Amino acid sequence: MISINAAGMDFISLNSILRETKEKKAVINNCEGQRYIGCAASGMDITVNGTPGNALGSYLNGGRITVHGNAQDAVGDTMNGGEIIIHGSAGDGIGLSQRGGEIYVRDSAGYRAGVHMKQYRDKTTVLVIGGSAGSFLGEYLAGGYIIVLGLTGDHCPISNFCAAGMHGGKIFVRGVLPPSLPRQVIAAEANAEDMSAVQPYIDKYCRYFGKDKDDILSKPFHMLTPDSKNPYKMLYVFN
Amino acid sequence: MPIDFLYPKFEVVRNPQRCIACRVCERQCANEVHRFDPALNLMESDESKCVDCHRCVSLCPTRALKIVETDHAFRKNANWSGEIISEIYLQAKSGGVLLSSMGNPAGHPIYWDKLLINASQVTNPSIDPLREPIETKTFLGKKTHDIKRDKNGHLVTETSPQLEISMPVMFSAMSYGSISYNAHECLARAAAELGIYYNTGEGGLHEDFYRYGAHTIVQVASGRFGVHKDYLEAGAAIEIKMGQGAKPGIGGHLPGGKIVGDIAKTRMIPEGSDAISPAPHHDIYSIEDLRQLVYSLKEATGYRKPVIVKIAAVHNVAAIASGIARSGADIIAIDGFRGGTGAAPTRIRDHVGIPIELALASVDDRLREEGIRQDVSLVAGGSVRSSADIVKAIALGADAVYVATAPLLALGCHLCATCFTGKCNWGIATQEPELVKRLNPEIGFLRLVNLLTAWKHEISEMMGGMGINSIEALKGNRLMLRGVGLNEKELQILGVRHAGE
Repeated sequence: MISINAAGMDFISLNSILRETKEKKAVINNCEGQRYIGCAASGMDITVNGTPGNALGSYLNGGRITVHGNAQDAVGDTMNGGEIIIHGSAGDGIGLSQRGGEIYVRDSAGYRAGVHMKQYRDKTTVLVIGGSAGSFLGEYLAGGYIIVLGLTGDHCPISNFCAAGMHGGKIFVRGVLPPSLPRQVIAAEANAEDMSAVQPYIDKYCRYFGKDKDDILSKPFHMLTPDSKNPYKMLYVFN
Repeated sequence: MPIDFLYPKFEVVRNPQRCIACRVCERQCANEVHRFDPALNLMESDESKCVDCHRCVSLCPTRALKIVETDHAFRKNANWSGEIISEIYLQAKSGGVLLSSMGNPAGHPIYWDKLLINASQVTNPSIDPLREPIETKTFLGKKTHDIKRDKNGHLVTETSPQLEISMPVMFSAMSYGSISYNAHECLARAAAELGIYYNTGEGGLHEDFYRYGAHTIVQVASGRFGVHKDYLEAGAAIEIKMGQGAKPGIGGHLPGGKIVGDIAKTRMIPEGSDAISPAPHHDIYSIEDLRQLVYSLKEATGYRKPVIVKIAAVHNVAAIASGIARSGADIIAIDGFRGGTGAAPTRIRDHVGIPIELALASVDDRLREEGIRQDVSLVAGGSVRSSADIVKAIALGADAVYVATAPLLALGCHLCATCFTGKCNWGIATQEPELVKRLNPEIGFLRLVNLLTAWKHEISEMMGGMGINSIEALKGNRLMLRGVGLNEKELQILGVRHAGE
C-alpha cells in the first residue's frame, strides 16, 4: 500500500505517483481538490480522504475509488468499469457517458447526472444517488440504471428536464415524480420484477453507507423508461 | 397525391445499338434502377431511383449508358428555383427536416480560386525539386517560446509531443459506420505508407486497425462512442471534436438501423440503438471546461500524445481559437463550411459557418497578435481540393491541412451526395457486405498513395518555383499570395495584396 500526503501537491505530481506506483492500493490524505485522480486507472484500490477535484475516475477501467468527503464535477466521466463510492455528495455531470461500472453517492448529486449513460454487452452501468439529483438527470440516457433514493426528505428527489432525449436504460426514483416529464418517457410504479433488477445495487448502497434496506424499500419506486430506442426516426426526409 | 410528384432528376440514356443486355448494370445498382424484361429481351430503367453515381456507366462493357440531368423544368424563375420548389413539396408531404450528404454545393465564393501563387523570376532563383531537396516534412504540436539550456550549458531539446508528417496533409475524421470497413482499411494503410495520419472519427477504432495506431488520430466526440483506455492509448494523437464544418452547432445521429455487428461493437453500444452525438459536450460549457477534458485525456495517456481540438469555422472563430490555444490543446483543427459529411440537415450544411480561407487567415492573425501562435499548430480543412489549395492554405498560415472528400473521390466516390441512403454503389458509405466488397483495399490504398504522392510532387514544384525549399518557410508567408477579384475587405481579412500590387 502507498500512502500519499497530497497537501500542497499539484495534480500532475499526484497523478504521476499513482500512475507509476507498482502498489495496488493507495491512500491519498489531505486531498485538496486535485483533479483527474484515478484517471483511466484499472485494478487499483484508491482511497481519497479530503476533497478530490473534477474528473475523478474519468475513463476508469476497473478497480475501486472510495472518497471520504464530497466529490466535485465530472466524476466517472466516460467510465468503462470499476466502482466509485462517495461518502458525501457529488457535483455536476457525474457519470457523463459512463459505459460500465458502478457509482454510489451517499448523499446528493448536482446537475446533469448520468447524461448519456450507456450499456454495452455484459457491462451493467449503474449510478446510485442516495439523496436528490439536480436538473437534466439522465438526459440522452442510452443504457444502464440510474437509481435516485431521495433519502433527503419527502420532496421529489429529481428536478427539471429529467430524461430528455432518453432512448435506453431505466431510471428508478423513490418517492414522488415531478409534475411533468418529457413526452417520450413512460413513467410507472415499479413492480417486484422491475425492482429485482436493481435490488443488488440497493443492497450494495446500504452495505457501503450503513443504511437500512427495509427503510429504503418501505416507499414505492417509480420506473422511467423510453418509448423508443430510435427517438429521431421520423425527423428527417432525404433530400 | 399529384402535387407530391417530383419528376426524376436524372435520365438514364441507353444506346440500344450498343446494349447487349448483359445485365451488369442491373447487378451493380443497389438502387434497383435497371431491370431486364425477358419478354422483350431488353433492359429497362426506373430513372426515379437513379442517384447519378455512375456505377453502371463505369461498368457497362459496351459503353451503352450515360446519365444526364433531366431538362424537364419548372417555369424559369431566378428566385424560386426548381430545387427550392421541390424541397417545399417534399417537406409539405413529410413534415421532415431536409437531410443531405457531402459538402455544401451552393455557389458561395471559393477563395482558393481567387488566390494566386507567386514564383521567382531572375532574382532569388527558383529551385528544381528534381535536383535539390525540398523539405515537405513538418511537425504538429506546441513549439517552445525560448531556447533553454541546462546547467552545463547544453541545449534542452525536450519538446511537447509532436506529430511528424512527411507532407502537410492528413486524412480527416470519417467514422466507421459512416464509411465502410474497407474504406477505413484503405485510409489506415495509406496513412502508414505515406507517413501521415488518418482519423477514426467518432465511431471508435475497429480492433483490426489497432496495428495502424502509430498513424491514427483517435477522436473523442460528444457521444464518446468507443472511447476507453485502450482506444486512447492506441492512437498517436487524440482529437476532441467540438464541431464539424458541414453542421456547426448541431450533433450527429447514426440511425439504429446502421448500428449492427462490428459497428455496434466498435462504438460499444447495443445493436439497433440510435447512436446520438449530442450537440454540445455535456461537460463543456466554457474554455475552462474544455481545458478539463484536454487534461483528462493527457492524464489518461501520460502526456505522451498531442491533443487536437477540432471546431467548425463560425463567425467568432478567431476568439474561440484564442481560447482553445490557452486550454492546453496542442493543435487546433478548423473545419470550413464546405466540409463533407455523411448526413447533415440541408439548411445547416448550406447556410451555417464561414469559408475556411477567411477563418484560417483570421485565426492565424489573432494568435500572432496575442503572441500565442507557437503554442498551437493549425490544421485547416473544409474542402481542400488540390495541391494548389494546400500551398495556399500553408501560405495563409496553416501548419497542415485535413482532406477527406478528395481521398473518397480517389476511392471511387462520384459525389452523388446520397450517403444517407447507406446504399453506396462504390462500397464507401455503406455497411452492406455485398457493396463493401466492391471497394478493394489493395487497390484503394494504392490510389490514395498515388494521389498524395502526386500532390507532394506538385507542392514541391510550386515551392521550388517560389524559391522556397521547406514547408516551414512557406507557413504564413502571405507575400507568396495575391488576390484576384477580391474587394478591400476580403484582401484585408486574408492579409494578401491584390494581383498587380
